[in-house]
Amino acid sequence: MDELEKSFETKELTINLGPQHPATHGVLRLVLHLNGETIVKCTPHVGYLHRGVEKLGENRTYFAALPLTDRLDYISSMNNNVGYVNAVEKLFGIEAPDRAKYIRTMVAEMGRISSHIVWLGTHVLDIGATTPFLLSMAQRERILDLFEMVCGARLTVSYPRVGGVRNDISQEFLDKLYEFVLEFPSHMDTFETLVTENRIWMERTVDIGIISAEEAVNWGLTGGTLRGSGVDYDVRKYFPYDAYDKVEFDVPVGKKGDCYDRYLVRIGEMRQANRIIKQCIENLPAGPIMADVPKFTLPPKDLVLKDMEHLIHQFILITKGPTVPEGELYVGTEVPKGELGFYFVSDGTGKPYRMRVRSPSFIHASVLPRLSEGGLIADVIANIGTIDIVLGECDR
Amino acid sequence: MEPLQIADKLKERFPEEVLDVREFRGQVSVTVRKGRILEICRFLHDDPDLYLDYLVDLCGVDYLGKKENRFEVVYHLYSIRHRHALRLKAEVPERDVRIDSVVPVWVGVNWHERECYDMFGIVFAGHPDPRRVLLPEDWEGYPLRKDYPMKGPDKEWSGFEDVLERSKKYRQYDWYQ
Repeated sequence: MDELEKSFETKELTINLGPQHPATHGVLRLVLHLNGETIVKCTPHVGYLHRGVEKLGENRTYFAALPLTDRLDYISSMNNNVGYVNAVEKLFGIEAPDRAKYIRTMVAEMGRISSHIVWLGTHVLDIGATTPFLLSMAQRERILDLFEMVCGARLTVSYPRVGGVRNDISQEFLDKLYEFVLEFPSHMDTFETLVTENRIWMERTVDIGIISAEEAVNWGLTGGTLRGSGVDYDVRKYFPYDAYDKVEFDVPVGKKGDCYDRYLVRIGEMRQANRIIKQCIENLPAGPIMADVPKFTLPPKDLVLKDMEHLIHQFILITKGPTVPEGELYVGTEVPKGELGFYFVSDGTGKPYRMRVRSPSFIHASVLPRLSEGGLIADVIANIGTIDIVLGECDR
Repeated sequence: MEPLQIADKLKERFPEEVLDVREFRGQVSVTVRKGRILEICRFLHDDPDLYLDYLVDLCGVDYLGKKENRFEVVYHLYSIRHRHALRLKAEVPERDVRIDSVVPVWVGVNWHERECYDMFGIVFAGHPDPRRVLLPEDWEGYPLRKDYPMKGPDKEWSGFEDVLERSKKYRQYDWYQ
């Protein structure tokens, strides 16, 4: 009898999830200690994509570090660019013209939709539904095509510039975007019909990974992950940048702080982003797209190719960098994942003395053990999806 | 509350600890001694008028040859209820790179402190999980220090050398027969 008991004895099992695993959304590695199917301990390992963006940024001028930010959160590079140029502009003490601000708000919200739509597709795919993934990728493709129209690149855009945007947008682009904006709510309805009240979906997400409002703030969560717990902290409302103080939008918040609430919040955010784009197109002011502050902004390219003064001006700004006032500054912006902050320490030269990237995914990855421990192994997959991390941004 | 008022209040409560208050583009930074940092943070977090409940960011800065104390640990604090912010900076000299961990006050600072140790070699006393976070455990040196070369060390990382060794060993097998 003893022998029989012994052969059925349970013991703790250690398994390794990732770094090469389709449900970890990149190269996240989790070491899970299991008791049956319950998770006793979860240890995330990150750093597989560490490229030293902060060190690289310290060795480049403020203009030259812009393309590095594309590679942080590669799903929504437009938002990273907007965050970076906003921080640098505030450090320089310059302001972009109104038209550039509206354009930046518009493309940032397009980036938000394209990022959330990838989140929706992959999150739902992880849990077992294939159809919404295929539909959402079709919509993302349309946004990427629009990005290509405006700046020639689909993923690593580098479209905003310090002091404005790289080039003006065409009427053709605006028409196409408006067409997309009018259609998009009906596509959202399709997604919601497929997912929101789906019984399997609700079984897998309701009451999974609950985190209370107070605890979420203490953990430093931001973006949709925080708002799912019922805190209305949104950088766009709290510290309006670009044209966010001139457009109307609501900030959706959840109640309970489980996976389902976070899902509803992000769905709501997509509809609000659509609303913001619509207002930006309707109220787009005319005027210049670059601030005219010769000490800090690059001259227009066509003049550089024509006359000597502008060529020298461009040469000095690119090689030496502008003369920046000494000081330090932190500026946060709302990217699809949460609050992306840039902290600069300037020592008066053209390069930042210290460039710090506060990335939301880094914090969200660290909260995984808190959400997963005590739950089932299947819920880990739901939790990874719901915190919406991108490892390029987490590891920097 | 205005950020300068917060700085005054902090000065009133810890007159010995506050070294400097500076303002740049509307943002106020308060430099403090590192000795009672946990106490200061607990005060900023718990005081009902301040209630800085959200730690936005923690990072290190290396002022090699620029300041007397080489390192600084920078805390960005924000209060979601009162909507005010403060930047706290603690000076850490090179001869004693230890500072108290503030994990007991804000749990989410855990990985930030690990990263700060990883990149600058600043040791956080009382940290629950003091390992490197982004780099491998046996990495030599602290990459964000100013005296660390931009292109990295001359020697390859031991783990990568191991991979190269193994690739040599496996070269004897023909995979495509």
